Amino acid sequence: MTLALSGEKVSEVIRGRIPDALTDFDEATIWVKPEAVYDVARLLKETLELDYLTDLTAVDYREYFELVYHLTSIGNNHCIVMKTRCYERERPVVPSVVGLWRGADYQEREVYDLMGIGFSGHPNLKRIFLWEGFQGHPLRKDYQNGA
Amino acid sequence: MEVEGSIISGLDIEEGAEIEALKARSTEPIPDPDRWLDEELRRNVLISSLDAIIDWGRRFSVWPVNFGLACCAFEMIATAASRFDISRFGMEIFRASPRQADLMIVAGTLTWKMAPALRRIYKQIPEPKWVVAMGSCAISGGPFYDSYSVVPGVNRIVPVDVYVPGCPPRPEALLHGLIMLRDKINRESIIRKR
Repeated sequence: MTLALSGEKVSEVIRGRIPDALTDFDEATIWVKPEAVYDVARLLKETLELDYLTDLTAVDYREYFELVYHLTSIGNNHCIVMKTRCYERERPVVPSVVGLWRGADYQEREVYDLMGIGFSGHPNLKRIFLWEGFQGHPLRKDYQNGA
Repeated sequence: MEVEGSIISGLDIEEGAEIEALKARSTEPIPDPDRWLDEELRRNVLISSLDAIIDWGRRFSVWPVNFGLACCAFEMIATAASRFDISRFGMEIFRASPRQADLMIVAGTLTWKMAPALRRIYKQIPEPKWVVAMGSCAISGGPFYDSYSVVPGVNRIVPVDVYVPGCPPRPEALLHGLIMLRDKINRESIIRKR
């Protein structure tokens, strides 16, 4: 069983290196400011050897979007969940983590396609499931199905 | 939405335009090609006996083309494997090329993005050709009937000869559909345009 790292201990590691990056933590999760996503992710990858991005997804809570990063260390068999909240609704943009984990490429494209969240620094950010010219982002809670 | 780092090439725009055009002209289902099934037989003796030979040849060598789209494809694969053995019906092996096939078994959910490809494969099959819609998604869109990305029935894109209901249908159901297709082929005539 993969050991879930304590959010409190991980947040102490981050606070020592990047102050003001975190907003909250609980048992197995840390919340990061959107603009600090790339720096915190790189720090986690380097210090805790979180070399595998298991999952990257997004949730629409109407007031804000929450991006969820599941990070795992293959060698040490531990994991942590990193989340970030995006209060911008018209043009939300978060730094891309493709430079750290190549597996983020398609997952960020999926989030962009269905949820409409942009990723700055992504090498090939375009729709992946739907076609070019499709209106809207269907996994948003305020999406109206016109079909 | 324009985002920094977004690379949209001409190919993407062309694909999007093709899908939108297909979607705009596919609002109504294509009528099933079976109006003649209830007609009185109007054959003369010569054509009738020629028909009998041609239909006999056609119905025992219906070669299907692979068009597995979703979970129904696994039931189709099971139908082709040794336990259910589609070869008993002269179907032999599934062809990877539409140019060697007579029948297209559409097995699974058809999305609008895949629809131009389905249309192209159908057009590449030489005449005579038949289509089987396998499973609820291929028949009517199934649980995704009013979805933003799913075609509500493949009969919007190509004419369908036999519908096989189920979610997914068991191999026996597919085989029953294929036997019905054989009965239909048996009643066709070369003087009647399909």
